[in-house]
Amino acid sequence: MSFKPINKFNSPAILLPVDNIDTDQIIPARFLKATTREGFGEHLFTGWRYDKNGNPNPDFILNKEIPKAEILLAGHNFGCGSSREHAAWSLHDYGFKVVMARGFADIFRNNAMNNGILPIDIPNQYYSKIVSMIQENPDQRILISLECELVEIANSNIAFPIVISSFRKQCLMEGTDLVDYLIQQHEIIATFENKR
Amino acid sequence: MSSKTIFDKIWDAHEVSTLEDRSSVLYIDRHYIHEVTSPQAFDGLRQREVSVFRPERTFGTADHNVPTLNQHLPISEPASAAQISTLSKNCEDFGISLFELGHEWNGIVHVIGPELGLTLPGMTVVCGDSHTSTHGAFGAVAFGIGTSEVEMVLASQCVLQRKPKNMKIEINGQLPKNVTAKDVALYVISKLGTGGGTGHFVEFCGSAIRSMSMEGRMTLCNMSIEMGARGGLIQPDETTFEYVRDLKFAPKEEDYNNSLEKWKMLTTDPDAEFHDEYFFKAEDIPVMITWGTNPGLAIPVTANVPEVKDENGAVDVEVQAAQEYMGLTSGQAMAGQKIDYAFLGSCTNGRIEDLREFARIVEGKQKSPDVIAWIVPGSQQVLKQAQAEGIDQILEKAGFGLREPGCSACLAMNEDKVPEGKYCISTSNRNFEGRQGPGSRTFLASPVSTAYAAITGKITIPDSLIPTPDSRLPTPDPDSLIPNPDPSHVI
Ligand code: SF4
Repeated sequence: MSFKPINKFNSPAILLPVDNIDTDQIIPARFLKATTREGFGEHLFTGWRYDKNGNPNPDFILNKEIPKAEILLAGHNFGCGSSREHAAWSLHDYGFKVVMARGFADIFRNNAMNNGILPIDIPNQYYSKIVSMIQENPDQRILISLECELVEIANSNIAFPIVISSFRKQCLMEGTDLVDYLIQQHEIIATFENKR
Repeated sequence: MSSKTIFDKIWDAHEVSTLEDRSSVLYIDRHYIHEVTSPQAFDGLRQREVSVFRPERTFGTADHNVPTLNQHLPISEPASAAQISTLSKNCEDFGISLFELGHEWNGIVHVIGPELGLTLPGMTVVCGDSHTSTHGAFGAVAFGIGTSEVEMVLASQCVLQRKPKNMKIEINGQLPKNVTAKDVALYVISKLGTGGGTGHFVEFCGSAIRSMSMEGRMTLCNMSIEMGARGGLIQPDETTFEYVRDLKFAPKEEDYNNSLEKWKMLTTDPDAEFHDEYFFKAEDIPVMITWGTNPGLAIPVTANVPEVKDENGAVDVEVQAAQEYMGLTSGQAMAGQKIDYAFLGSCTNGRIEDLREFARIVEGKQKSPDVIAWIVPGSQQVLKQAQAEGIDQILEKAGFGLREPGCSACLAMNEDKVPEGKYCISTSNRNFEGRQGPGSRTFLASPVSTAYAAITGKITIPDSLIPTPDSRLPTPDPDSLIPNPDPSHVI
């Protein structure tokens, strides 16, 4: 389904500096019984966010007094595990439009982009520095321009490019729906079938 | 590039078109759907007012969220019942073949596709499920997709993806006794890490792979996603050709012979290049078990839980968090660790060969009274076959019962949940926190190891396996396996 186009952000980041955050942590299987896309944000990171009685765990970042943010920042191999797109839906529903990490699992990366979430790879050399800057100042702004393919950590000399294919960049900036795009290719696909 | 891998050959033959950024519109031969990741895709079709482009190429099954007892009765939980009936309605409305609950061909999607001959060499295969990599065992390019992509396939029979890079994992030699395909998978993942294969499609090759049965090959390819690979495949050979020969939907007689000619061309050219290559000796691979909270945290069953601190006193936060969650301590031996549950099943190890292995070991013995065991066949056909071979009788005498097919405790969407804090030895593929139920603690292992543990009530070194003092794996340097993001990694 089409999503809201994205381009520029000026936002703090919510810090979850853990490696290999898997899709069962993002949203466990028991919440996948719904047949619509809405309302998954409520269950985002359930296992970490709530105790077994359903009360908020005060130590978990999303339950702390933190600035409102559109960016989530995590460690290596974010979104590994299941192909469930519910992971992307729950992040988006919660309000995250950007996930910055030291690498993403392939399926998650595609699911994110198909739902208007921008995945940004943080180069290894900057990761620890950025994490400690945010730890010191939770309000630390991060400036993102998809159009210019650039990330800047405000008031610092850290800046690095967003590595993204030109087609995906255009889709995210325009909110293009790939299903519609492929439906427009029906004739070419039928010709391909006939030639096989 | 004229020299190609099997993966290149299949991918290139299915490219409808290529965009300027090298993304491919990739034609899909076989599409499987199930109740959990498809409803939103069908909703999308309805909103767009389009039909399914090639309904004959998609097959559906109910597997993730089904009970494994009394499947003939109505499902009591309303949300689960609604999800199953939504699948039935969607398949009916859009003209898709469905093997619903109770159907003679129902079962876990990655078990039924291969056993029905719906997955064949040279195909592109997708499903809204990451373990679609299983089908690569047949020499197919098979990978998991998200729900938006399920909708793309329904609407156009294509997906739009960047072509992954080639990775080779070659294993030569003969596996030691009691070492199975599952142990091979855990060993390789422990070496490469859960992100070691990201951006790549793996070809498994070498004499140890060639001598594996189709079931073993499926177990190995199934787990390729656990090292982050897009998928894994194995060159089809006589073992493959014989396996598919008489399957329900496989080509017959002259068609079979014509197909065979094409399948035999699916080889990697001798001078084809791989972006990454790994070599292992089969003799080095021990019986493996996971101790932590991802499949890469696996060690030989004879080994001890790793230390939280390295030689320099630096704390490994991942090891620390995993030990805490699992309730284990540094240096503790895995052998002897008690278990509360044993799960034999899933698309990794829920096939007839797995049930045979399990039955062979428990025959004439008794299940530990302290263990709750769930033996869940991967499909109706596996269940029937087990009954025909008397496996159900052997299990019953040993104190085990056979349940009805489904994903069950692999992801614990139904009532088969491991309670908080309890230990489960499991033949499934993921030991993430809470995977088998909130607070559950999982040890991933082979059917052989699971059978031993179910009898003794603790993790047990299979007989004749001689523990060697230096059998602990050297810890790979994690940074050496984490490539800096580079443009070619972007999918
Ligand atoms: S058995 Fe487990 S891994 Fe396999 S399809 Fe079912 S839930 Fe997924």
